[in-house]
Amino acid sequence: MIESKNLTKRFGGKTVVDDVSFLVEPGTVTGFLGANGAGKTTTLRMLAGLAEPDGGEALVLGGRYRELPNPGRHIGVLLDASAQHSGRRGREALAVSAMTMGVDARRADELLELVGLDRSAAGKRVRQYSLGMRQRLGLANALLGDPEALILDEPGNGLDPPGMRWMRELLRDFADRGGTVLLSSHLLHEVEQLADRIVIIDLGRIVAEGTRDELLAGSDTLVVAEDDETLRAALEAACLQARPAPDGGFVVQAEPGAIGRAALASRVVLTRLEPAGGSGLEQLFFDLTLGNGAEHIRKEAA
Amino acid sequence: MSATTATIESRAVSLEADSRPGLTRLSAVELRKMVDTRAGFWLLVGIVLLTIVLVVARVFSKNGDHSLTGLFVDPLQAPSTFLPVIGILLVSSEWSQRTALVTFSLVPRRLRVLSAKMFAGIALSLLAFCLTVVMAAIAVPFASHPARSDIWALPAWLVGQQLLLLVTSMVMGIAFGAAFLSSAPAIVLYFVLPIGFMALFHVSWLEFIARWFDASRTLTPMADHALSGTEWAHAGATLAIWLVVPLTIGAWRIARGDVS
Repeated sequence: MIESKNLTKRFGGKTVVDDVSFLVEPGTVTGFLGANGAGKTTTLRMLAGLAEPDGGEALVLGGRYRELPNPGRHIGVLLDASAQHSGRRGREALAVSAMTMGVDARRADELLELVGLDRSAAGKRVRQYSLGMRQRLGLANALLGDPEALILDEPGNGLDPPGMRWMRELLRDFADRGGTVLLSSHLLHEVEQLADRIVIIDLGRIVAEGTRDELLAGSDTLVVAEDDETLRAALEAACLQARPAPDGGFVVQAEPGAIGRAALASRVVLTRLEPAGGSGLEQLFFDLTLGNGAEHIRKEAA
Repeated sequence: MSATTATIESRAVSLEADSRPGLTRLSAVELRKMVDTRAGFWLLVGIVLLTIVLVVARVFSKNGDHSLTGLFVDPLQAPSTFLPVIGILLVSSEWSQRTALVTFSLVPRRLRVLSAKMFAGIALSLLAFCLTVVMAAIAVPFASHPARSDIWALPAWLVGQQLLLLVTSMVMGIAFGAAFLSSAPAIVLYFVLPIGFMALFHVSWLEFIARWFDASRTLTPMADHALSGTEWAHAGATLAIWLVVPLTIGAWRIARGDVS
């Protein structure tokens, strides 16, 4: 269990994390989404005891991270894949962590295999690693102590599509066996397919939080008909808010079902009916993080 | 990279999962970190080679002291000059290479890590000291001696004072690394600051300070003779200021600062 309770952090008078609260429960994957500079990393650092909050409390497994006697055995942390000594060999970096935690050094070899770093890669110095290899090494490092929870900052950075898929499977499996996963990303599609819950942060404040389905439920639908004029009349008759879409048809603030019923009542043939803006969460994410959406939500909340 | 089997095998939880890593283990980890990087490894190799060269040079020199003492004191300059650089890097690289993120995630009590680094530094100094004595001892039979009976003599005061010098300079390196948290300034200032102060102390009205804090003056007698009470006071004051001040600043910065 990972809990952020009203966490607040200021840097030189600027509030970069502002009253952030959320809870990550065992058995679930929570995606922590936000644009670069939104306050994700600072929040994760406070959770891992690496930055001191100016307000609020960071709780992991019911206590403060710094109070854990041997944290590596409970929480796997990957805050920056590039934070490895460039002159140290990959396997050696894991061996150092294993020794610190008091874990058998053979576990390092198991994990290298698990993350797909072969013998030759493991013997190379980190300087020669690609970003994707560093992410794999970082993930191996986080899993080394066989933890119950994972805190991962942008673990998908630098992974190729097969690598992303592999990581999703790994984290899904980890959560399905009762593990707690909190991972951040600035790329929505990385998180969309994996996360059970999504927390969206913008300018240091949480602007949306919920299960994936809850967040998707509020999003718009694109509808295109053979006859746009009849469709407009149908939507008006059903009291649905619609605005013309750039390439024909309408973007409607409603569920596809409601639009379908309105079209049926007016006997309009629909040619397209889908979440607006490609993937629904993506539109939501852009709305929220590109300024006006965030303001809108804040006003609504106030 | 064909690891599609996304399972985590063998849950290796043992009974000691909850025990805090002991200072001995953490010191062993830090000792390992001093030598397992490319920079650390080659620095150490360089120091060993330089020490050997100095011993051999002493053996072949026409003049000078060819006793065990003579063959050991001068070559010891190699480790006591360059070993502290390994100490500096042991701390500063955690910041410049950003491994502090990993280190302090695993050991959140940061001053325990700093203590472990100091113990590791002391251990490496002891090892270097013993190695230098052994090298000198091996060289003794090869050196020419005008009939002397004391070629194997190694006075206790000399061992004690030289060991103290080596260990304190190592800890001072670690302290500088901690105070600056950046490799280049820490290394440069470690070497330049004492020289700068020495130059400053030549101004006559600062002379009374030099008697206490100029390392070139207060620590030099350590290789020469057993220190007197006053000399110990001077040497102690010098070590205190050069060691305690950076160490205090460093401990404060490490304990308080956010790690990024």
